[in-house]
Amino acid sequence: MRAYKNKKRKNNSDDIFNAVLVVIAVLWLIIVLYPLIYIVSCSFSSGNAVSTGQVLLWPVDPSLEGYKVVFSHKAIWQAYGNTFFYTVFGSLISLTVTMLMAYPLSRRSFSGRRILMTLCVITMFFGGGLIPTYVLISQLGLTNTRTIILILGALNMSNMIVMRTYFMNSIPEDLMEAAKLDGISDFGYFLKIVLPLSKPVLAVILLYCIVAQWNAYFVPLIYLNDRELYPLQLVLREILAATQIDASQISDQDILAGIASQVDVMKYALVVVATVPMMILYPFVQKFFKKGIMIGSLKG
Amino acid sequence: MKTDNKKNSIFVRRVRAGCRHIARDWQLWLMALIPLIYLIIFNYGPMYGLQIAFRDYSPRAGITGSEWVGFKWFEKFLTNVQFKDVFMNTLILSLYNLAVGFPLPIIFALALNALRQKRLQKVTQTVSYIPHFISTTVMVSIILMVLSPINGIYGNLYRLFGGTGFPEDFRALSGSFRHIYVWSDVWKHLGWDSIIYVAALSSVPPELHEAAKIDGASRFKRILHVDLPTILPTIAILFILRCGSMIAVGFEKAYLLQSTVNLSTSEVISTYVFKNGMNSFKNFSYGSAVGLFNSIVNLILLLTANRTTKKLTDGDVSLL
Repeated sequence: MRAYKNKKRKNNSDDIFNAVLVVIAVLWLIIVLYPLIYIVSCSFSSGNAVSTGQVLLWPVDPSLEGYKVVFSHKAIWQAYGNTFFYTVFGSLISLTVTMLMAYPLSRRSFSGRRILMTLCVITMFFGGGLIPTYVLISQLGLTNTRTIILILGALNMSNMIVMRTYFMNSIPEDLMEAAKLDGISDFGYFLKIVLPLSKPVLAVILLYCIVAQWNAYFVPLIYLNDRELYPLQLVLREILAATQIDASQISDQDILAGIASQVDVMKYALVVVATVPMMILYPFVQKFFKKGIMIGSLKG
Repeated sequence: MKTDNKKNSIFVRRVRAGCRHIARDWQLWLMALIPLIYLIIFNYGPMYGLQIAFRDYSPRAGITGSEWVGFKWFEKFLTNVQFKDVFMNTLILSLYNLAVGFPLPIIFALALNALRQKRLQKVTQTVSYIPHFISTTVMVSIILMVLSPINGIYGNLYRLFGGTGFPEDFRALSGSFRHIYVWSDVWKHLGWDSIIYVAALSSVPPELHEAAKIDGASRFKRILHVDLPTILPTIAILFILRCGSMIAVGFEKAYLLQSTVNLSTSEVISTYVFKNGMNSFKNFSYGSAVGLFNSIVNLILLLTANRTTKKLTDGDVSLL
């Protein structure tokens, strides 16, 4: 009887605890989603409804005014193109450099393993800093070029270490022995066996690189002067910080006429337009996510 | 003479062995060559350039041609009237961020892991990653939009709950900068930072939970005595890493959230370096010295955290 009572009481307290957890989870869902839904709803509302604060959750007086202004803005189009270019090529360069370093370091018998690993790890904890890097880049004549946006930061050490750990943990050494007997070279083994077996980690690291390039603000801010080279984030900041829209950038006369009332709503639309590509990307990579990260970040 | 010969031959043999290894691994070396060159130029190059912190750098004279001035720039920074403010702002912001931003993802992971509703668990997890993909620029404008007293969520809720007119606009106040900075960071990173703990929690052996259940431990007790100890090594390693980057308050967010009004709390070392070293004053040597000062403080914090953890865990957990 007493044991039964005890068990019941315990179950009760566990139920209460679980209810608390449910509340926490739901609360966090709301905290994360509400601002996002609110921004999207504002972007689809009329300029008037947004400026006067009528939007609570769903679009009020639905319209596409904001998007019309965004899509008729010349600088935004150009910046979008630039960002697309930087993201595609920058992330491919970054992925290539990362795996070329990660693979040799994952081979236990590699004679340069110790020294190269030390060289890599040091840079995780100490670096020259902003200004010596700037001085170097300008001496190399790379300031204000597309090249520097593509290559600066291409070798990210934590990505490299995640990839190396993945190679070490998930590709059996026996496979190497067997392949060696068949007379395969290190290059061949890497290309034909290691890479196809490492899709999850490659997908995840590629996602990291893409997100980093798409969202980059600091590097272009420091190294670019030429407006034609500006990525989206720089232009975005300028427009979002301004209180009016630069009329010379708008090509469409009809839109120009009603522009004053649309400053606010245009900003919401711009935020959505700048963020949606990353959101679309995420579900595609998500299936690799658990595998790639978990094997890559846990030792043993 | 004889011993000399012997030493010599050992040396020669070593070199030969080394060459043999390199010859055997030449393909691996070739692969690593591109990243290695990259590393030397873009990571070690700036370290070489750091000497301008001890020189009076002028672009015309170049790095090695400029005159040595010793610790002049460090003295200038340490005796600057702004030094105390900038340093304290950085320190307070980092500590606040560490105190809030470090434990919350752990609690979040533990809570979600214990949740019985597996569907809700999965949905919450997936949704909580979303903010990570938002850029800092967009993030900062979302903060300002949402907190707008006129047409933001903040103003709307104020009126919804019976307020009239517009509430006080606290976005630009210097007193609110730190709270906005830290709590919006939680919003952005909570889910993402918890991934690694979720991964570590998946390695908790189910038998342990079964055994604890039979002993009558409640779910909460099992979190404390089963789940938490399992992920403790992961927590320790991430704590050390976090301490190493503590003073390196992200430039982007602080810079983007800055306004002339909140400068008294929002000016941190990285924004100070940017403004004094590049933007308006272009004093490269001074900026480098302040940057170096920052890196050294970081390094000391990292090593201290590492040593403390090592001692506390009897050498089980250590980064270096």
